Formats: sequence, C-alpha cells, structure tokens
Amino acid sequence: MIDAQAFRSAPAARALLGRIRELVRGPVSLMEVCGTHTVSISRFGLRSLMPGDLKLLSGPGCPVCVTPLEEIDWAIGAARLPGVILATFGDMMRVPGSESSLERERAEGHDVRIVYSPLDALKIAEGSPGEEVVFAGVGFETTSPAVAATVAAAAERGISNFSVIACFKRVPPALEALAAMPGRKIDGFICPGHVSTIIGAGAYERVAAKHNIPCVVTGFEPLDILQGITMLLTQVDGIRQRGEAARVEIQYRRAVTMEGNPSALGMLSRVLETRDAAWRAIGTIPQSGHGFCDRYRAFDAGERLKVELPPTAEASGCICGEIMMGLKLPPDCPLFGGRCTPRDPVGPCMVSSEGSCAAFHKYEMIREA
Amino acid sequence: MCLAVPGRIVKLAGTTAKVDFGGVTTEAELVLVPEAREGDYVLVHAGFAIQVLDEAAAQETLKLYAELAEAVDDALDKRDGG
Repeated sequence: MIDAQAFRSAPAARALLGRIRELVRGPVSLMEVCGTHTVSISRFGLRSLMPGDLKLLSGPGCPVCVTPLEEIDWAIGAARLPGVILATFGDMMRVPGSESSLERERAEGHDVRIVYSPLDALKIAEGSPGEEVVFAGVGFETTSPAVAATVAAAAERGISNFSVIACFKRVPPALEALAAMPGRKIDGFICPGHVSTIIGAGAYERVAAKHNIPCVVTGFEPLDILQGITMLLTQVDGIRQRGEAARVEIQYRRAVTMEGNPSALGMLSRVLETRDAAWRAIGTIPQSGHGFCDRYRAFDAGERLKVELPPTAEASGCICGEIMMGLKLPPDCPLFGGRCTPRDPVGPCMVSSEGSCAAFHKYEMIREA
Repeated sequence: MCLAVPGRIVKLAGTTAKVDFGGVTTEAELVLVPEAREGDYVLVHAGFAIQVLDEAAAQETLKLYAELAEAVDDALDKRDGG
C-alpha cells in the first residue's frame, strides 16, 4: 500500500529544489501543456519556489479553453433544439459563447445535463428513447478513448438516439506548432502525465528530435513536478554545455510507458480518425483533432443535427490566446481580477477549473500587506 | 481534463470493476485495460480505467525521494554540527 503523502515529502522537495538551483545557470523557460499541471503548479506554490531565471510557462493544456467559440456556440445551438438533451462535462457549462452559455440555456429551460462520464450520457439516451442525447466530446487523448468506447458501445447495443460533438484535440501536434512558432523560446516541455498513459512517451520523440527540445513526461504530485523539472534542466545543461541531443524521458514511470496503452489506442483508431482542428485563439493545427471514421459517422452530431449559429463574437480585451500560448501570464491581462473573475468570467481560461487564469486567481493572488 | 484518480480494484464483474479510492467505491469500465486484475491499482478517468499502475515503479520513485531527502539531511547535519 503506497502512502500518497510520500509524494509530497518536504525534505525530498528541498533536495530537488537545491538541485534545480544548481542547474539553472541562465534564462530557461519550461512549458507545461496540461490543465492538471497548470493547477498543480499553482496550487503547490511551485512557481514561487523557482529561481528567477527559470520561467514556468503554461501552454494550451486546458481542452475546454482551446475549444473554438464556434463549437461552443454549436453546443449551445444544439441545446436549444426541441427534443435534444445536451450532456456535457461540468467545466463546459459556464464557458461564454458569442451570446450565451450552456448554463444560461439550462436556466432558460433547455435540457442541459452535467455528466461525469460519457457512459452517463449513453444511459440517459437509453432511458429517454423519444429524445436525442448529444454529448459534447471535449478533451485530449486522456478522454477521447473513453468517448470512442462509449460510441462503440452505443453501436453494439443499437442505441441510435445518441450522438457526439467531436471536439477532441491531440497534444503532440500542438507541441510541434508551439515549438515552430517564430521567435518562440521554449527550452523544454513538461509533458502531460495522463495523456501520455494513452499515447505513450514515444509520441514526443518527433518534436524532441526536430526542434532539439527535451520532453519529460511528468506526474502531478509536487515531487513528480520537481523531479520532472530537474530532469529537463539536466538535459538543457547537457544541450547548452556539451551539445547533447534532446531526448524524451519518463518521470511518471508508475503510469507511463514509451508505447502507451495499446487497447486504448486500438479503440481510438477503430472509432476515430485524425484530422485538422481549430484551436481557440491559436488557429488551425494540422492533424491535431479527431473526427469519426466512416463506420461510426452516424454518431457525429454535426452530421445529424442542423444548428443555427449566431455571428461569432470574441470578448474584447480578453487575451486568453496569448496566455494559452505561454506568451503572457494571467496578471498581464487588463481584465484579470477586475472585469474577469471566476464568478463572472469573460474568457475560457477563467471559467475552466483547469484554465491558467482560474488557477492563478485561486492560488497565486498574493497581496502585499 | 487530465484528471485521473488512482484506486484499487476490489471486485471484477465482466468488463466493469468496483474500484476503491481509499474509502469511496465506484464502478469503472475496464474495456481500455482488459488485462487489469483484482488487486491492481488503476487510474480512473471519466468512468473508465485508463492504465494499470506499476507498483514497483512507484516504490522505486519513492525510494529515490527518500535517498534525496536523506542526502539533504546529512548535508545540513554536517553544516550545522561540524
């Protein structure tokens, strides 16, 4: 039996911090691309413990935050259709669309339900044969196999009043896009722990080799993150001092292998196929999304329903896009903490429980007395 | 939504399992980890087990942390105690 607190031991943290300070010999920027890392880093106060030359950047790791406004508007439009039950993960509810939100639609009397699992949405479909259940399929590779498996189960059981809005995104193409941005300085990627249980750490080998950027797959406890940072800095030192080549390493060895989860990957390729995808405020990244393959296209909500869309209107002043690309931090936004708060958010980064702005607002708003 | 929680499989029933998260027990689908067995620790996300945890790897990681912690304590003792 393992004591989870052992992954938070203060003496070990001190040792790792000491190592980090030894290894930082000039400006270095490390980027995480996972909402859970964003929250863990803020929640455990890790940013404040880093030496000044080490910048921890937050990338587009929050799947709700990177869902384009048009897709949010589409889900809202679907919820308005008579006979539709819109089922969604909780953190989609309050994301502002161009004119409304799913939460507001529910308040107006439309049937919008929060589910923990896509299987719950399928159960609703089974129990409501006269209604059309539409599930908002938002997530990275941690989530897409679960949704794929649910669609496969729907097909097997002949449940036809169920469809999915395919908003899935893939992490490795996003890393490539970030690394290739002109003028961008990312010295290492803290790679997402749970996405990598599915896709395997080997998925990052291409970006490591092509851009000479070390990639370390890291867990979510404070010691995991500190150890992951130490491993990245060791590589950065090797690259800068001895011209070594960047590599992919696994810190989160208890959960991640180089190959990933073959059953989950098999489920993905059975039900979904990769395609280009639009990322909110970033643009289209090639091969960075999933759609349904021919055999399961009947479950694509986009093919099944006709939805009216309002003109797309991004909130003015919101700099979520720059924040998601690690170019700015939440306090740099003129709306942060004033016009935009968790209670009354403007942009997705403040709404989602895994958004940078929400994490900063909750854990890093320290005022001088 | 990278949020996945580790728990221990206490009972298997076809393709689902009862998973114990330190007192709270819920069901999880095993279709993505068909090799999982009773007694295994799994990561559960959105109602699905997505990976079987490697307990040996976890113990090795903890052993490394304990060694690092000891080394820091030794160094501090040397500095303070002479």
